[in-house]
This record gives sequence, structure tokens and C-alpha cells, in this order.
Amino acid sequence: MAVIRDVMATFELFQPASVADAQKLLEQRGPDAWVLAGGLDSFDWLKDRIKKPKVVIDLSGIGELRGIRTSGNDGNDGIEIGAMTTLTELANHPIIRQKYGLLAQAAELVASPQIRNQGTIGGNVSQDTRCWYYRSGWPCYRAGGNICYADTPEGRNREHAILHADRCVAVNPSDSAPAFIALDAKFVIRTRKGERVVDAEDYFIGPDIDITRLHILQPGDLLTAIRIPSTWAGAQFYFEKIRDRNVWDFPLMNIASAMATSGDRIEGIRIAVNGAAARPLRLKAIEDAVRGKPRDLATGEMAGKLAVQGAVPLQFNAYKIPLMRNLVKRAIVGIGTGAGEATWDS
Amino acid sequence: MGFLEWATNPWGRVVPIHIAWFLIWVAVILGFLFFVVHAVYLRYFAKPREFADAHPPADAARIPERVPRHSLTARLFHWIMAASMFALLFTAFLPKVGVQFPWVTYHWIAGVVLTASILFHIIHASFFMDFWAIWPDRIDLRDAWRRSMRFAGKPEPPPDKFAKYPLENKLYHAAIIVAGLSAIVTGVFMMSRVRTVFFLRNPYLFSDMTWGMMYVLHGLAGVGLIALIMVHVYFGLRPEKRPITKSMIFGWMSRDFYLKEHDPQRWVVETPSSPSSSAPDSKGLEGRGLTDAV
Repeated sequence: MAVIRDVMATFELFQPASVADAQKLLEQRGPDAWVLAGGLDSFDWLKDRIKKPKVVIDLSGIGELRGIRTSGNDGNDGIEIGAMTTLTELANHPIIRQKYGLLAQAAELVASPQIRNQGTIGGNVSQDTRCWYYRSGWPCYRAGGNICYADTPEGRNREHAILHADRCVAVNPSDSAPAFIALDAKFVIRTRKGERVVDAEDYFIGPDIDITRLHILQPGDLLTAIRIPSTWAGAQFYFEKIRDRNVWDFPLMNIASAMATSGDRIEGIRIAVNGAAARPLRLKAIEDAVRGKPRDLATGEMAGKLAVQGAVPLQFNAYKIPLMRNLVKRAIVGIGTGAGEATWDS
Repeated sequence: MGFLEWATNPWGRVVPIHIAWFLIWVAVILGFLFFVVHAVYLRYFAKPREFADAHPPADAARIPERVPRHSLTARLFHWIMAASMFALLFTAFLPKVGVQFPWVTYHWIAGVVLTASILFHIIHASFFMDFWAIWPDRIDLRDAWRRSMRFAGKPEPPPDKFAKYPLENKLYHAAIIVAGLSAIVTGVFMMSRVRTVFFLRNPYLFSDMTWGMMYVLHGLAGVGLIALIMVHVYFGLRPEKRPITKSMIFGWMSRDFYLKEHDPQRWVVETPSSPSSSAPDSKGLEGRGLTDAV
């Protein structure tokens, strides 16, 4: 299929200066409107002419969507991150680095410095999947069609899902999403009916719920901020991202965990993985299974095996099963914790 | 605004992918329009029903007070089919109108239940029931003509009373067969596109065009079933049809209703004194003395 690059189809551009104006525009234009944050996902779609919105609403001029606000003394009561805050701002923010280092680690591993300077946190969590069949404009399930080209005997599906596939096997490409889930973040959404606050894990949806979207935003909705409570501030964090090119790539899989320990025992943990399914998965079964157990290799190995139960590999992504098993093990054991060395097992 | 959604496949061929979803609302609106038109017709325009006097008083005397109409097996089939049909319609169309839930698994499981129940019904109706009781016969067509002419004010003799099923019931059954079998056959093939316990997934079983037509047919059958089921429920709830609805629950209808609507010679009721083998069968294909019809 011929792809015309760099010449976008015409659209009406709006650059509102306030959230209220943006929301009014979104409500007026409904499904015709395209929300533009950093533009890194959007311009791919627009320049390839795969998506041809009638209206683009550029959020870059809305000051109230930018910045990191702290509550209490130095963020002791949590922080609120404006949806248009760039990944660089996030990664460099002193309080985030000090108390919520997991998020800083995740943000630092997104793409390249240039992209992090331009990319926003709202865009990072709301970006579309990178399945190339879908991005090439093929009429797959996610594009409203009736087939998944990746889930075929010949499909190139090395990067695709091993868990929770439902017709579509695309995965969510966000690096920050599992970190937000591990930190028990809340996503603040402006809707026609008012403000709605949802848990990070509920912001993302799989194809079983809606095969055309990766998140719950409906036409007219706007993600305005992400709130991180202080519950896991200063906890023991682990973030690891596996990608083909370490210099700049989407994750094949990533993992984020926030852990509280008492002596050598795991008191509590939140752990999430992305790149395994169409939505970042909170591994609740693992959290329950390791609570109260010693933080050691045996617990890590048990957790790793449990994590991949029910995984169904495609033709070319069976490697993701040991990858996920190892990542979970490494997240449990940690690095430099004295719990042993979590080596990679095949 | 087209009735179908089209897409260009990777080989540049324009293929249908499914029906346009506004057809869901078209079916719902048509269903409601039918209610309104039918209710207004009955209230203001319909003439009292008249039948040819079909049964001698001796016939009435031998009819039991409770006339058996549907066996337990037939009733169980009907309600299992109804439950699976509702599950199929809700799981198929609620997500299209904004109610989101993981519908695919429920949908194909309900489809398997429906398919199994229909297969059972085909065997049961073919070998253990009066297969022809539900199909229109010559007398039905003649009486339909007579009713039409009399409605138009033309002189025609009154129609006979019904056999076990009125013509409308038989035509409805035929429409359900067309829509239901279309949905089932296409649905069984479509199951090869999702992960189930029955088939090895094979999205390339057919060409994109064939798949597209299959999705379109499945969708058309689905929206057709919305209207058909709405009409069915409407008739089931109408006061004058309530004895028929009750018979699908309890298995029998009253002698009074039977004698008012049905011709004992076209629908012969088994009684201890008149075994079916000796029942008169002078008027049509249906007087075969079977009480366990569709």
C-alpha cells in the first residue's frame, strides 16, 4: 500500500489557551477531533495519511496542563503532573527523582533525548500501539476491520502480545505506564459529565473491552493530570526495559515495581509489566503471592513462573515468555539488595 | 451513508468488512414501528375475527379441559434457544452502542449453545414431532387470501380455524430459520478467527472478499434478528396471544381457547377416546394427531 509521507491532509487547527476551551472544542467536534500533545505519535499518523482528522486541537498552548505540582512539604502528600509536562521535565524533577525514582527511571528510558524534550507524559500514556500492520493502514480489527494480520501463521509478530490477546495481538508501547501503575497513580480526566479520576491500571483497556483503543478516553474526554499518592514515595523501586536497540527503541517488554520490605521479608509490592499484552498489566497474583515471603531468588523464581501462566506465544514471540519470567524474577530480587544475583535463565 | 463498511485490503482490493452499525437502530425503530402500526390496526381497524364453523359439538365434548400443546422437551428447547439468542444479541450489539465489556467469549459460547439447541431441534422436529405442522400449507394460503379479500370488503367465505399454528406463526418461523441459520453458519466459520477450544485459528480460511461477505451476512442476520425477536416478544405479551405464550410455559392451553381458534380436524388432539391413529384427517397435512409439534 502506497504511503504518502510528509504531506499531511488538510485539517482545521485549534490552539486553545485553557482546558475549558479545549474541552469545549472536543465536545463540539466529537469524534472528528484529534488531540495533539507532543505530536510524536500524531504526526506519524497524519503524515502517513492513515488518520485524516477534520480538526486538530493542539494542547501545547495550555499552561495549566504543564508542570509538576507538589502537595505537602516537598511532595510528602503526593504530586500532580500536568498531562503536557514533557518527559525530560519529569525525569529531571528533583522531587520525582528523590521520592518517585521509578517514574524518573521510566521517563529517562523513553526513546531519545530529543523525543523526551518534545514528548509529554499524557502523550506517552495515551499513544497508540506500534503494530506495523495497524500503523500501515491495513484494515485490521483495531482499524475497524475484521482480521488481525499479526496473528497469522506468516505474521511478523515478534513484538506482539503473549497474554490477554483477543483477536488483536498488538501491545501498548508506553514505558511510563507500568511505573504509574506500580506507584498507584490516579489519572484525572475531564469528561462531558465533569472530572473523573481513575486508577492508572483502569485507564488502559484491552481489545476484549474495546478493540480500537488502548485507553478509556472517549471522544470529548481530555486527560489533564496524573496524581501520584505518597503511598510508595521512597520505596524500593525496580524498572527495567528490554529493547532491540538500547539507544532508542520501543520496549519489547518493561517492568516496574515498588516494594516495601521489613527485614528480608516483602511487606508489600505493586508490580506491573508492559509489552506483554495490549494494556500494561498489574500482576496482582504476583503481589499476593510474594507478600510476606523472603526477598530472595526462590521467591523471585516462583513469581516469574507464576507471572507467565496462561501465556500463549505467537509464531515469533515465544522468547517473551522467558523474558517476562526473568523480568519478574529480577524485579522481585532487585539489584544490590543482598538477595542474590538474579541471572537470566532461558 | 452506506449500508456496508468497506476497506482496502493489503492487496489493494476493496472488500466489505461488515454492515454499517446504524442498521442496529434501523432494526430497533422498525420493530417499534411494527408495534405501533399493529396495535393501532387492532384497536381501530381490525374487524372481529370470523371463522368457518369447523367442528361439530361432538368434537368439543371429547376435547380435554387442558389441551396439550408443547411437550417439556419442546419447551426446554424453546427457552434455551431464547436465552442463547438474547445473550447473542446483547453481547453482539451492546458494545456497538457504547456498553463495553469483554463480549467475544460470551458471544461465541452463546453461539455454541444456540447451534447445539438448533441441531437438537432439527432432529427432534424431523423424527419425533410432526415436521410439517410448522410449514404453511394450501389451506393456510387459501385462508390468507380469503382474509385479505374480506378485509378489502370483497365477498369471500370465512377462513377455516387454524391448525396447530396460525399462518403468521409459520411465516415467522420461516423468517427465523433464514436469519438464524445465516447467523449460525457464518458464526461457526467466524469462530475460526478467534481463539476457542473448537478450531485451530485460521484467518486465511477464505479470501478477504468471502470473509467480508460472511461478516456482512452475519451482521444482516443479527440486525434482522433484533427486529424479529422484538416482534416475537410483542406478540408474546399481547393479551389475545397470552394463552399461546402460557402454553410455552406450562405446555397446555385451555379447551375454550383451542375451540375458539383452532380446528380440531386440522390439529387433532389426542384423547383416550380418540387415539391419533384413528383421527380424521380430511382437511390438510397437519391433522396427524400429534400433540408434540414445534
